[in-house]
Amino acid sequence: MKKELFILSVVVAFSLLTYWLVEPFAHGQMHPHVDVKGFVYNGASDIKEVDNKIAKIRKDIEAEKAQEKPDAKKLGMLDDDMKAAETRREAKKVFWNDVERIAALEGDAAAGEASYNAGCTGCHNDAALPMEGVIPPDLKTSGALYERHYLIGLIKDPAMASNVDHKFSIVRHHQMESVKYMVTTDEDIVNTIAYLQSIAPKQEEITPDIAFEDACGRCHDVRYKNWTIIGTKPTFKDRRDEMAFDIKHLDAQEGITGYMGKLPPDLSMYIRSRGAHYIEAFMEDPQQLLLGTSMPRVGVNAESAEKVIAYLEEAGDPKAAERNRVGMYVMIYMVFFIIVAFLWKKQIWRDLH
Amino acid sequence: MAKFTKATGLKDWLNQRLAIEKVEKVMASEYWIPKNINFLWAMGMVLAITFGLLLISGIFLLMYYQPNVETAFDSVNYTIMQEVGFGWLWRHVHAVAASVVFLIIYIHMLTGIYYGSYKKGREMIWISGMLLFVTFSAEAFSGYMLPWGQMSYWAGMVITNLFSAGSLELNGVVEWIRGDYVPGQAFLNRFFMLHVLLLPLAIIALIGIHFAALRIPHVNNQDGEEIDFEVESKKYLDGDKAGSKVIRFANDFMSKDMFVVSVFLMFFFYLTFWNYGFAMDPVNFDPADGLVTPAHIYPEWYFLWSYEILRPFSKDLGLIAFAIAQVIFFLLPFLDRSDNVAPANRRGAFAIWFWLMVVDLIVLTAMGKLPPEGAFNTIGLVAALVFFALWIALPFITKSEKKL
Repeated sequence: MKKELFILSVVVAFSLLTYWLVEPFAHGQMHPHVDVKGFVYNGASDIKEVDNKIAKIRKDIEAEKAQEKPDAKKLGMLDDDMKAAETRREAKKVFWNDVERIAALEGDAAAGEASYNAGCTGCHNDAALPMEGVIPPDLKTSGALYERHYLIGLIKDPAMASNVDHKFSIVRHHQMESVKYMVTTDEDIVNTIAYLQSIAPKQEEITPDIAFEDACGRCHDVRYKNWTIIGTKPTFKDRRDEMAFDIKHLDAQEGITGYMGKLPPDLSMYIRSRGAHYIEAFMEDPQQLLLGTSMPRVGVNAESAEKVIAYLEEAGDPKAAERNRVGMYVMIYMVFFIIVAFLWKKQIWRDLH
Repeated sequence: MAKFTKATGLKDWLNQRLAIEKVEKVMASEYWIPKNINFLWAMGMVLAITFGLLLISGIFLLMYYQPNVETAFDSVNYTIMQEVGFGWLWRHVHAVAASVVFLIIYIHMLTGIYYGSYKKGREMIWISGMLLFVTFSAEAFSGYMLPWGQMSYWAGMVITNLFSAGSLELNGVVEWIRGDYVPGQAFLNRFFMLHVLLLPLAIIALIGIHFAALRIPHVNNQDGEEIDFEVESKKYLDGDKAGSKVIRFANDFMSKDMFVVSVFLMFFFYLTFWNYGFAMDPVNFDPADGLVTPAHIYPEWYFLWSYEILRPFSKDLGLIAFAIAQVIFFLLPFLDRSDNVAPANRRGAFAIWFWLMVVDLIVLTAMGKLPPEGAFNTIGLVAALVFFALWIALPFITKSEKKL
């Protein structure tokens, strides 16, 4: 008996070591851990990304200088990169400091209504006309879905707040760029947000479906929930109606593909392929996980993030609760199985020893 | 023509026609197993049960799976995992069993190596077991293609590419295997056929051969002792059960087997319900996309050691090394030049050989998964060289082994 336990412990130890090496350790090496910072937006990760880039350029410069014959042209280009990165870092610092300062102001919803009507409804209205492939969202829920600092940043400078300014450095500009000239003063910004918050439904009225559809569903299909970027796909009686819907869907996809450079993926199985933690960190700041991606920061607050995750769990892993329940029953059954098997063995082997 | 009499009952009726009592004796109650064994001898039964789980869960999955590049992914992840009642359970059981079966196979193999259960008449047990290992590997690989996720597609791409044989550039062979230039409908269909028909048939046949191979040389025991089964079984049947060195397959050996199986199943179901990530790679929950290569492509954990033997060398050398690694274990009974059938710890240098091999396989496994960069690359190369050094050393160290 003692010997068998010793052999068992050797087998278990080697198995666990192998498991630890190929699972937690290897995955830790392949995917460095990124913390979720609680859906507060202060630009820390944005600035850190530029810092990383600066460090990388510095290393490249040193490596080039250490060469026997440094390439002057290459050094010049690296120098330019360095200057651009430093400028970008400075701009981000100034931007997020501004956001912090504006956030301290108190907003007035009544005054905000005027700014909202003057500055936002030109695009954010029921007409749902696509702009460069993207349909400006209805803002009814935005006051409840998105975090206040993010909204301030978004009105101040959409590309900066979304951390996609790298996409707009030369010719193109963010399709919401014009807001900079529509809602201009700090007071206007906080008032507009106060207004958006005043018209938004209460937190408990926002279901996971609403949170996902408004925050993510304008770019991402979820076919396991019948969700398309133009809304839930109805059941059609007439095949022609269905085809008409599909064509509308394809057109919308083409629009977004043109704008993003790539069709945003269907998120049906993302809860299993990426996991809740990755998705949360990704919503906070896509760049920290996928540098250079055209996906903008979502800017959701902690409550909305939780609802988005709940929606994705419902889409990709709806049997989790059943799995836990059935699992417990099976475990209880196995305990009895082990006891009966042990007693049987004992009985049979009594005569054999 | 045998003489048939009026049967006294159903049992007698069957006995006259099928000799069921005789069969029961031969297969169970008078199939003699050494008594001096530990729980590692139950791994055969654990494997049989796990294969049973794979077969049953596979039959259920087969009712809903669609081998079509357009619908395969959704038929697995939506139809089976969400729409069909308990479809998720069968899929989790199937996926986890497919991975765990290799853990048990490796334990079973290493047990055989440690106790020297591959020589002196037991060579065919070892060889049929190795054939089972290879067939199980093919079965696992072909099954991995079926959900048609990113890892299915890219693993299929990488592994079929190996058949171009490096610098020989036999691209025609690769196309012939795939039925297309890249993995597509023809590819999925043929791997489906292999997975659900041809390879399971081969496995079942090989299991039969593997069991049959045990008959004449008998099961080995913890001390490698040569037992006179005639004498010992007579002792048992005469009533000296405690003094006999052998036990009945059923129920004596079976009762111990089932206890080990019960503990194994508890562990297995814990993995099935709560810790299945190692067997169901997250990357494979992304649908196959021939235009997006995953950042890290790696095989399932049980192929990692041989994958790592392929990786650190140049293209052609790596392929040769890989090919040798696939078959070298078949040669174990012939490369071991010692006559001793005994646990490794009594065989001097062989004990060191054995534990070095275990550690080396684990190092290769770990490095096969890690990205081939920096120190990992060097460690992988050293481990691959050690693997071959060990096989080259084996005949020499066993030849000079003292006779026990």
